[in-house]
Amino acid sequence: MTTKKQITVAVTGLNAIDSPGPGIPVIRGLRESEVYDVRIVGLSYEALEPGIYMHDLVDKTYQIPFPSSGVESLLTRLQYIHSVEKIDLIIPNFDAELFSFIKLADHFQNVMGIKIFVPTQEQFDERHKANLNDFGEKHGIEVPKSQMIFSASEIPKYQEEFEYPMVVKGKFYDAAIAYTPEQAANHFNKISAKWGLPIILQKFVHGQEVNVTALGDGKGRMVGAVAMRKTYITDKGKAWAGIAIKDDNLMAMTQKIVESSKWKGGLEVEVIKDKDGKYYLIEINPRFPAWVYLAVGCGQNHPDALMRLAIGDEVESFKDYDAGKMFVRYAYDMIVGLDEFEKISTAGEL
Amino acid sequence: MNIKKNIALSDSGFVFDPSCGDSFSANPIGLEIIKKLKDGNSKEEIKAYVLDTYMTDETTFEKDFYDFTSTLLKLNVAEESKK
Repeated sequence: MTTKKQITVAVTGLNAIDSPGPGIPVIRGLRESEVYDVRIVGLSYEALEPGIYMHDLVDKTYQIPFPSSGVESLLTRLQYIHSVEKIDLIIPNFDAELFSFIKLADHFQNVMGIKIFVPTQEQFDERHKANLNDFGEKHGIEVPKSQMIFSASEIPKYQEEFEYPMVVKGKFYDAAIAYTPEQAANHFNKISAKWGLPIILQKFVHGQEVNVTALGDGKGRMVGAVAMRKTYITDKGKAWAGIAIKDDNLMAMTQKIVESSKWKGGLEVEVIKDKDGKYYLIEINPRFPAWVYLAVGCGQNHPDALMRLAIGDEVESFKDYDAGKMFVRYAYDMIVGLDEFEKISTAGEL
Repeated sequence: MNIKKNIALSDSGFVFDPSCGDSFSANPIGLEIIKKLKDGNSKEEIKAYVLDTYMTDETTFEKDFYDFTSTLLKLNVAEESKK
């Protein structure tokens, strides 16, 4: 009998809500590692993130400051958590927090001895929604025209070029389709109030949305990739059910993105396939998607592979996966004692 | 006309297209015809089999076969043979 190696991994994104963070599925993947026996330290932003109370998956949770508090306060908090938990690896799972974690990556690895496997600042910036057109041009990938704007008054200037319907996107999250100038201004105000500026206008492409979860080793190798089509979508546009598909063109596009950018870490590629079979890259998310557990179910444990890459283990590329496997999400009411809510709310840990 | 190579067929008549995730249900005779097309049988061979096995006539077969294969093409389960 072989004994698994012990490892402590800190994970963010515990908000397993209707628009879920990827933390819980990432943890499920890590817990299924055949090499490591994982102790999970959850890092939460709010006291009602469901993962805090999922004690079968998360061993201990600490609140951390919101990204808007700055890098220094995050570092101070993580230094304290590390002094108690002796963290081996951190896996951040939110777009909005990645900037801070990328900034601190060297400090984590060289000073604190914590591994982290995230894209470089350059990779992170290059795939940003606002820079996607340049990214497409540089890497030879078709991208719908997009334009960054800072005021709703700029919308009429671009409506001829983009035509209606057009897509209005937040810099980190949220996107809505506008069919009229009024709707475009309305979406601009709503999304910018939540996620700040700039807002990105994108040409609407009619077709079928397909997504890929993938992992790059940072040297140009795609370690794994699984494609999925949403089969049940919530009113927020999130997948509540999906099916793994096999599409060679989609895989080739993902491979091109990972290889040419030398992507390091998990990523989600969002693509529209139009009626003529043409593929348009609409977004690259710089972390695993919330549906990443489908990849685990299909035979590619991406969170485990990322953990092993971060530790420095030899990780072979996945060769294949089971198309036709589906995921179906569900809502589940946990009963939580007030004492637990009190602890996380007042002491910032549970 | 050919059934696409990657199309998966189950014995219950469940048809799955792994390239896009679409799935369909075929009734027993529909499944038989898809299987025969997949095995490379020609329309004439399928017609001979159907007329021999089921109580139907040639005109009905022609009409139904045309309808069925048009649906298979429309659903991207089948593609026109390359000449």
